[in-house]
Amino acid sequence: MAMNSRAPGVTRKLLLDIRVQNVLKQFSRYPALNDVSLSIRSGELIALLGPSGSGKTTLLRLIAGLETPTAGRIFFGEEDASSKTVQERNVGFVFQAYALFRNMTVLDNISFGLKVRPRATRPPRAEIRRRAMELLDLVQLSGLHARYPQQLSGGQRQRVALARALAIEPRVLLLDEPFGALDAQVRKELRKWLREIHDKTGHTTVFVTHDQEEALELADRLVVMSQGKIEQVGSPDDVYDNPANPFVFNFIGESSSLPVEIDNNEVWVGGRAIGLGAQDTPKGPAQLFFRPHDVELVSEGTALAGVVVASRRVGGTRRVELEIGGLPDRVEIDLPFDHPAGEKTRIAFKPKRWRLFPTAAS
Amino acid sequence: MYEQDDLVYDSRRPIAPYAHTRPTTERPWVKWLLIGIAMAFMLAVLVLPLVLVFTEAFRKGADAYFAAFTDAQSLAAIRLTLLVAAIAVPLNLVFGIAAAWCVAKYEFPGKTFLTTLIDLPFSVSPVVSGMVYVLLFGAQSFLHPFLRANNIEIIFAVPGIVLATIFVTFPFIARELIPLMQDQGNGDEEAALSLGATGWQTFWRVTLPNIKWGLLYGVLLCNARAMGEFGAVSVVSGHIRGKTTTMPLDIEILYNEYNFAAAFAVASLLAMLALVTLLVKTILEFRYGDELAGTRRH
Repeated sequence: MAMNSRAPGVTRKLLLDIRVQNVLKQFSRYPALNDVSLSIRSGELIALLGPSGSGKTTLLRLIAGLETPTAGRIFFGEEDASSKTVQERNVGFVFQAYALFRNMTVLDNISFGLKVRPRATRPPRAEIRRRAMELLDLVQLSGLHARYPQQLSGGQRQRVALARALAIEPRVLLLDEPFGALDAQVRKELRKWLREIHDKTGHTTVFVTHDQEEALELADRLVVMSQGKIEQVGSPDDVYDNPANPFVFNFIGESSSLPVEIDNNEVWVGGRAIGLGAQDTPKGPAQLFFRPHDVELVSEGTALAGVVVASRRVGGTRRVELEIGGLPDRVEIDLPFDHPAGEKTRIAFKPKRWRLFPTAAS
Repeated sequence: MYEQDDLVYDSRRPIAPYAHTRPTTERPWVKWLLIGIAMAFMLAVLVLPLVLVFTEAFRKGADAYFAAFTDAQSLAAIRLTLLVAAIAVPLNLVFGIAAAWCVAKYEFPGKTFLTTLIDLPFSVSPVVSGMVYVLLFGAQSFLHPFLRANNIEIIFAVPGIVLATIFVTFPFIARELIPLMQDQGNGDEEAALSLGATGWQTFWRVTLPNIKWGLLYGVLLCNARAMGEFGAVSVVSGHIRGKTTTMPLDIEILYNEYNFAAAFAVASLLAMLALVTLLVKTILEFRYGDELAGTRRH
């Protein structure tokens, strides 16, 4: 982390870790979060990743205090924050739709959090202005202080929203789909920029996203969620290389899968061994997972062989869809787009790395 | 037969006028006929009567016109009307914001019922609203002995007129604000709270500025109706001249006494109020059309 390049005026707060303990949240009988526990290390940039309806935003709002848990507790450091109001928790929250105050200028938006403080803790007027201007500088919008939110682009609004959240010197920074409404180009730019801001200010930062690329690129750690539960927590590499279950394998990155049979410590497809060992998987039906790009073509011997049913070029690679041994399930593999095998009607291959998840016996 | 040239697009060649008739557009004469009917109708039903009010008012000259306002009873009526509006409008302002707030920002059982209930004064005849108050506070009411003992006069007195006016005008502001606030959602309020603002600060600094134009619009309509209400007020007022007659009631009395000049003079004041309301409303819509969009129901 670039400790030396800290922004002027942005004080590094006492680092704070957050613990979510057995939290349950119910919205009119339907559980949005089911017994979720998570510990967030101080100063880390962590992503809550999952499809819509997975409970990631609910978890973020619970940490902020915008929702109250049905059961369970949330700790900020050693202090139990569960019963504290959103104001007492002192969190910087960036909303998906920015929620900038449309009747205020950019400068007034950023200074809002300081202006509403009780007299005893409110900085003098000039000081508020100075700090807001500094933050404006930090988010690279100097000169736009007199504009109204309607006069800004989406990316600029998001920056103002972040500056406004940082102005109250929050103990943690929480961002709800911060780049969700922006186009791809701006999104990439802001992603890099958010990482820089995080490294400068050192806030414990939690952000919600449904975009795995964003999460993989930006976060120190990922929390993969689905249906109100945490599926896996780990570094981006860890989650990508060692998915804990079929859901994570499917959700993170490209994947191909095939129902197989395990017998004799080997993988069988349609009554043939395909030359993949299965020492740690119990005998019986299982699901084979591999990455389409992580395969090698073989000419002879035991391998997965399939008939090409579709083939299309995607940028620099060719994605080939194969029908294996007459099974209804198809798998996809990636080849270099000019690979001669792309012309063939039959391809034999072996995954270089693969995972087996036993299927519950039906 | 086609010439070869006909098939080639040439930007210099004039395009036949019918080339631009869209399938959803009527022929010109239909359009002008429809506009004509609408305009004639408006002229006959709206503009002409309004003009008549002013011509009748000035029929006996400007002196007679202004004399009408020096009459003690008419002055009392104007004062009472202003008083009633001054009480009813602020009360409905508070009620309207509170009702709109809870309908727009919270989910609770019976919300749809409450929204329907707010509309009740629109669907009920004003005479009926007046009757309800007479039944509730009048001589036959179970409350009457208590009111009597404590010397509280409601029916045939100013409090009754105020109550009836509040009832009749009570949907105006709420109806104006509910769609506006529903549209704006909770985001801004949540942002303010997360930045450390108290509920009160959030209301004054964030919610109120967001709804101010819609609110002003609602207040204008509410005020116009509060000053012009006839039916409900007529039932509870008792028509005691100089004491419980508002401007609309005063006009009726003057008219029944064949005092047309005075009747139309007072009427012209009410008509003026309507014109000013319309004017301000138009200016508001022109300047803040975006913020008012989706709120126009009346």
